[in-house]
Amino acid sequence: MSHPAALHTVTLDVNGTHKTIAVEARRLLVHLIREELGLTGTHVGCDTSQCGACTVEIDGHAVKSCTVLAVMADGASITTIEGLTGIGAELSPIQAAFHEHHALQCGFCTPGMAMSARPLLKDNPDPCEHEIRHGLAGNICRCTGYHNIVRAVESLASKGHQP
Amino acid sequence: MSDMTPIRQIGRPLKRREDLKLLVGKGRYVDDVRLPGMLHMAVLRSPHAHAGIKHVDLTAAKTAAGVRLVLSGKAFDGKIGPIVPNWVIPGSKVPFRPVVATDRVRFVGECVALVVAETLAEAYDAVGLIEVDYDVLPAVTDEEIAIRPDAPQLHDNVPGNITTIYKVRGGDYQKAAQEADQVIALRVVNNRLIPTCMETRAIVAAPEPDGTLTVYIGSQVPHMHRRWIAETVGIPEHQLRVVAPDIGGGFGAKMHLYPEDLLCPYLARELGVPVKWWESRSESHQSTSHGRAHTENIEVAFRNDGTILGLKVATLGNVGAYLSNMASGGPTVNTVNFGTGTYKIDNYEATSRVVVTNTVPVDAYRGYGRPEGAYIAERAIDAVARHLDLDQIEVRRKNFVQPAEFPYRPYGSMGVMYDSGNYQGLLDKALAAFDYDGRRKECETLRGSGIYRGIGVAAYTHMCGMAPSRRLAVSGFDRGGWESARVSIDSSGRATIYSGSMSQGQGHITSLSQIAADVLQIPMEHIDIVQGDTRQVQAGHGTFNSRSMAVGGSSVHVSSKRIVAKARKIAAGMLEVDEKDVSYSAGAFSVPGTDIVPLTFSKVARMAYVGHKLPDDVAPGLDETVFYDPVGMGSPSGVHLAYVEVDPETGIVDILDYVAVDDVGTLINPLLAAGQIHGGVVQGIAQALYEEVSYDPDNGQLLTGSLLDYAVPRAEHVPNIRSLFQETPSPTNPIGVKGIGESGSIAAPPCMVHAVLDALSPFGITHLDMPLTPPRIWAAVQSARTGASR
Repeated sequence: MSHPAALHTVTLDVNGTHKTIAVEARRLLVHLIREELGLTGTHVGCDTSQCGACTVEIDGHAVKSCTVLAVMADGASITTIEGLTGIGAELSPIQAAFHEHHALQCGFCTPGMAMSARPLLKDNPDPCEHEIRHGLAGNICRCTGYHNIVRAVESLASKGHQP
Repeated sequence: MSDMTPIRQIGRPLKRREDLKLLVGKGRYVDDVRLPGMLHMAVLRSPHAHAGIKHVDLTAAKTAAGVRLVLSGKAFDGKIGPIVPNWVIPGSKVPFRPVVATDRVRFVGECVALVVAETLAEAYDAVGLIEVDYDVLPAVTDEEIAIRPDAPQLHDNVPGNITTIYKVRGGDYQKAAQEADQVIALRVVNNRLIPTCMETRAIVAAPEPDGTLTVYIGSQVPHMHRRWIAETVGIPEHQLRVVAPDIGGGFGAKMHLYPEDLLCPYLARELGVPVKWWESRSESHQSTSHGRAHTENIEVAFRNDGTILGLKVATLGNVGAYLSNMASGGPTVNTVNFGTGTYKIDNYEATSRVVVTNTVPVDAYRGYGRPEGAYIAERAIDAVARHLDLDQIEVRRKNFVQPAEFPYRPYGSMGVMYDSGNYQGLLDKALAAFDYDGRRKECETLRGSGIYRGIGVAAYTHMCGMAPSRRLAVSGFDRGGWESARVSIDSSGRATIYSGSMSQGQGHITSLSQIAADVLQIPMEHIDIVQGDTRQVQAGHGTFNSRSMAVGGSSVHVSSKRIVAKARKIAAGMLEVDEKDVSYSAGAFSVPGTDIVPLTFSKVARMAYVGHKLPDDVAPGLDETVFYDPVGMGSPSGVHLAYVEVDPETGIVDILDYVAVDDVGTLINPLLAAGQIHGGVVQGIAQALYEEVSYDPDNGQLLTGSLLDYAVPRAEHVPNIRSLFQETPSPTNPIGVKGIGESGSIAAPPCMVHAVLDALSPFGITHLDMPLTPPRIWAAVQSARTGASR
């Protein structure tokens, strides 16, 4: 067994950019994203994979990046909240809907919530309220009571565009 | 020339100005702060609820990879601390609370030792190498058991484990009880909660080249944290800069002084490099303050027509192992002062006892005491209605304080005054929106077919923005009740406002701009708001107690008024007219009834800074600072209704509808106001149905140690919230606002409990304690059925 601090090389596509990074075997993907890549929009809100604040898209699927070791993501294509738009660029539809419907307060859960809502809408373009609430059950928000988050996602239902 | 229609932003549902950075992942929370050479602190926490510390062996940890420093509690003896509360009810016995335990631990999670290392992983690794030899002692976690004569004692100076006894009385309860047709008693538990901000606590302390220290901390109260850290660590306050960047929720938990807040600044100064501490979620459950944790014994005296004659209350507030920041005040003043709720109960007698136990310290959490107080009043009146088999709405209506009675002092209280309100109006609006009569019939009809639906109602009022400052002295606070705002106009007429309030998601950048825009009569885009940096913001108390619009907003309002007053003087001079003849609207000074060309605010601002043509009594500049100390406190109120269906076979509660009608005074931004209600109500529903901190009563182990065990609700566990408002402006401040943040978490717990009890009334169930989890409901139904079949 190699030492936990031994370094391994991983190659990833992150927000369209190719990255090769040496990481410890025990390094979680979320820590690689936040610390090695400096993409601090992905947050850590718990240590038991309950809160969903660290949700990113891995090969198009919503994944809690605290459940994945960085070495397991070798070869994957990852989209983080920063990949949806740049500062000054137009907001993506999910971000714009969150703004429009006041679906964020402290903003800490927001990136993870948005990264869960996108695949939810991709898999089911016209979800009913129950499906939205169930689809977001992996993400905890403590500020909004979810009411306006559900409104924001509903507003994109059946719009037929990429969320 | 500008359009002369006055700018009116208050009352508009404007979308938030602060959203954009948060939406694109550019929010900056404390854990995002990374500084060159930064070291990481990790804390060894007590695994025992109560134990003597015989020996701490740091040897192995000291030689581990990357480790720079390992210290146990003895290293801080006489150097920093103790941690002292900021609100001490007169007569309280304050236990000694070291920053790091030295000879005894009193709760699972108390700091015992720490490691500073180059990476967080190395710090955690080394913490695992520290060996502590404990002498385990008997522990007590329950407040009712802790006051028994044979209970384990926590502190030598707190005999019987009671730090504080607080009494309130008005009228003559004994006489009322004698005159009453009936008296009933009930015991209610206000379950212990974990505030659960999605961002856990974190702190970075960084020594600066000029000898000062910068502390990044997710604080609701940056200036108070500056003072507390300065006084406890021994740093001159002016050499300490506290920066609160974006904060991922506070709910009260981030307004207290914690050991880590002191350790990082101390260690950063000792080591000369930045030191960071980040709290893991599981660590948070055993180190960040909990909320509620009361047991209340209630006696209510009433006539058979439902008129309440008197109320007697004896409460026990469990505050954990030490007196945290405000811990002697929450279970006492904040709770029993409000125990009569929205009802006219002239004969009132209440005693609160504040009890220490071997648990995490309990302190402010969204509502702090007012949810507990409202729960007393509401559970009492609901029990009376149920006991007399009268309509729950009509019994409330009969006992409400009447609109003409405001300002109203309940039970002749000197300390409590409800400034304004119209509870009947709230109730009528709620009933209409809810279709109460239709649903009442629906409940009756469905019961025949074995479907158990119920309607819950709760009314509340409280007081926000504790003030004025001299009143806080009487209550035992070591702080004031004012808030500061500085409005600084630049030479182009744009405003930067430095506010002592501190948003943790409430949206102050938007709402304070709306307040300022209406006075300054300039566009929202011309106003910036600065908070959370003690080097930029002159002074402040921060955000808690639903105070930031009533106190912080009024401060912005008053300082903006001073700006306009000065600008008017300058404009009058420039226009060569009398100041009295100058009117101001939509960014232009004009002289009505003349053909004088109006002067724009930006030209006046320019003149203020070049100073070429100023009246003799006017100094250059356009910059005003106000320390606004309110004359009184606003009293928000509300009536909430819930409609539920309970499955007696599974105990599952399905929430079919929730209507909240709240009177928070003037609505500054209806969109943001509704957001506050949604969030607060869901936290209240969470208390009523899901959340409860559990301790093993035998050994004091925390059983809800992570988010796997502590049931914060998800989107699918809660309903849509229909939030409506009634506006009765508060006469206590210039904007007419009252406060909103705590409303939902005050009203929702009794409202939900009453709805479930209403649904279960066919089973003869009259009382259940929160949280109303499926097992608890199922067991009650089973026991009712067994009893009935006997």
